[in-house]
Amino acid sequence: MSEPTEFSSASKPTANPLAHDAHFVVSAELEAEASELISHYPEKRSAVLMLLHEVQERFGYISQEAVAWIVAKLEMQPIHVLELVTFYPMFRQQPAGQFQVKICRTLSCALGGAYELHHHFCSRLGLDDQAHGIQTSKDGKFSVEFVECLASCGTAPVVMVNEDFREGVTTQQADEMMAQCRKTKG
Amino acid sequence: MPQEFRLILKNIDQPGYTNDIECYLRHGGYEALKQAIVLKPKALPDGKIQTGPEQIRDEVKASGLRGRGGAGFSAGLKWSFVDRRSGKPIYLICNADESEPGTFKDRQILHKDPHQLIEGMVISCYANDVKLAYIYVRGEFPDAARILKKALADARAQGFLGKNILGSGYDLEIFIHRGAGAYICGEETGLIESLEGKRAYPRIKPPYFPAILGLYMCPTIVNNVETLCHVRHIITLGAAKYAQLGTPNNTGTRIVSLSGHVKRPGYYEIEVGKVSLGQLINGANFGGGLRDGRSLKAIIPGGSSSKVFRAGEKFKLKRKGADGQMVTVDVDLLDLPYDFDSLQAAGSMSGSSAVIVLDDSTDIVKALANLSEFYAHESCGQCTPCREGSLWMSKALHRMTHGGARKQDADYLIKTATNIQGRTICAFGEACAWPVISFINKFREEFEAKGEADEAKSGTSH
Repeated sequence: MSEPTEFSSASKPTANPLAHDAHFVVSAELEAEASELISHYPEKRSAVLMLLHEVQERFGYISQEAVAWIVAKLEMQPIHVLELVTFYPMFRQQPAGQFQVKICRTLSCALGGAYELHHHFCSRLGLDDQAHGIQTSKDGKFSVEFVECLASCGTAPVVMVNEDFREGVTTQQADEMMAQCRKTKG
Repeated sequence: MPQEFRLILKNIDQPGYTNDIECYLRHGGYEALKQAIVLKPKALPDGKIQTGPEQIRDEVKASGLRGRGGAGFSAGLKWSFVDRRSGKPIYLICNADESEPGTFKDRQILHKDPHQLIEGMVISCYANDVKLAYIYVRGEFPDAARILKKALADARAQGFLGKNILGSGYDLEIFIHRGAGAYICGEETGLIESLEGKRAYPRIKPPYFPAILGLYMCPTIVNNVETLCHVRHIITLGAAKYAQLGTPNNTGTRIVSLSGHVKRPGYYEIEVGKVSLGQLINGANFGGGLRDGRSLKAIIPGGSSSKVFRAGEKFKLKRKGADGQMVTVDVDLLDLPYDFDSLQAAGSMSGSSAVIVLDDSTDIVKALANLSEFYAHESCGQCTPCREGSLWMSKALHRMTHGGARKQDADYLIKTATNIQGRTICAFGEACAWPVISFINKFREEFEAKGEADEAKSGTSH
């Protein structure tokens, strides 16, 4: 028998980048919301981004189980959902911290001190400010990431903490924000 | 001294003005819709009968309204391209994916005056026989999505939306669709793909002109938030009066987003062409000038994709002289009227009307590296020149700003950028190439100085 080549079926398949979620249970409320959203479109598939948002809001990220549910709901192929999760930057493939800090890094915010602010968050939370992509603090409380333009360039630098939008954020305000978040039970 | 002219922003930020429907109605809200929806068929001089919707379309064309999203194309003309004979439904999508770096005007409307947008949309839908419309809101605006959802429900409850609007027999539904962080969704065909539940890969034109083959391969209109708001005012004022605002071929008002190194960054609504770039930056009621002790270095005049201007530049522009003849005049950068045509004539564009001001503290190579990183991140990856080229440029600029600059980098970047522009399906190719080309052409010595300094330090020469 010859050695398996790179392309043979014996080679290791690429792992699904999405994490598993053993706790993925669809509530009646989510089912109802999904049906409502689907009714907004002449074609079911159009509802997929909205369903992904609904899932991420409730479960924190898009799991393999979530994709399976959406696939069944919208009668799509799994790849057509997975390729959206990997394309649209807002969708997370893994759980993130309880508070996701998104710092705008694009030009006007950079001129307004976004890099200094990012460095401040990272050093306070024991994260590497040179690392690429999202990072989560050891206690799971915070995730920090640079994001592209949040469309509030006149009040640079701007930050989103989960869905809360903060403008003209100083390092002192950043400390206050983190202290406030720490008081919130996870 | 030129002043702001608040038409769209009239009520926004006024004390006591809220985004609920009662407040909007107290300020004359939905009166334009009431006026538009009862327009009677009119006999034209040539004996043809023009319906109400046709009259609205004519008004919008006559107003000279140009799209406020970035391209500045005539809104009336865009509507006139819609295939009305296909028998297929016509869709309208409001592009609320505001994401061109430097731009933050639609954010104000969506959060603070959502009914103005909805009224403009309902009129625009009525004018174009649209029964189903969407507002595509960028994912990073969760508050805007919630505010719009409530505003739509309130408008529905009051009979401005839904079945038989204001007893006219006209039915319309508008729904919210949320993006998820991809800049390319602001490109109208990418937006349509995204609304269909796919990756936002822009479509090639021809054949996929949205006016003919848009959403679900049906005729589709995609208009920016601010553009749709203007429709409401065109109905209220009438096209002729609206067209007196601004300057010829650059009619109406425009919200300018001003950011960067000015004392008073913010959003300012002006009559198009009635205020100069210099007045926007230095005017006491606009930007208030640069920070103390600083001088101007560069201006990005229309969002990050527009070509940069260098302080002190002069342009030769054609103007109509006193005798009606066209004459060429010298215009200083700061005297350029802020409008569509002047900025284009000066080699750039007003784009999404986002002015980013850079003072002499700015490292120009670093500023370009920042923008190139944005484009490398946002390229959708469909076309090879853009996918690979945007990343090459970003990597080279990253190296240049981290101590590894080389003398030939400027030429390398220009070569890469010129090989992207014009070779892609959508305008993103130009959007990522233009900043690179213009920054290097106008500040070449700074790029070369970095190369010389770094090579001298490392003792290498390539």
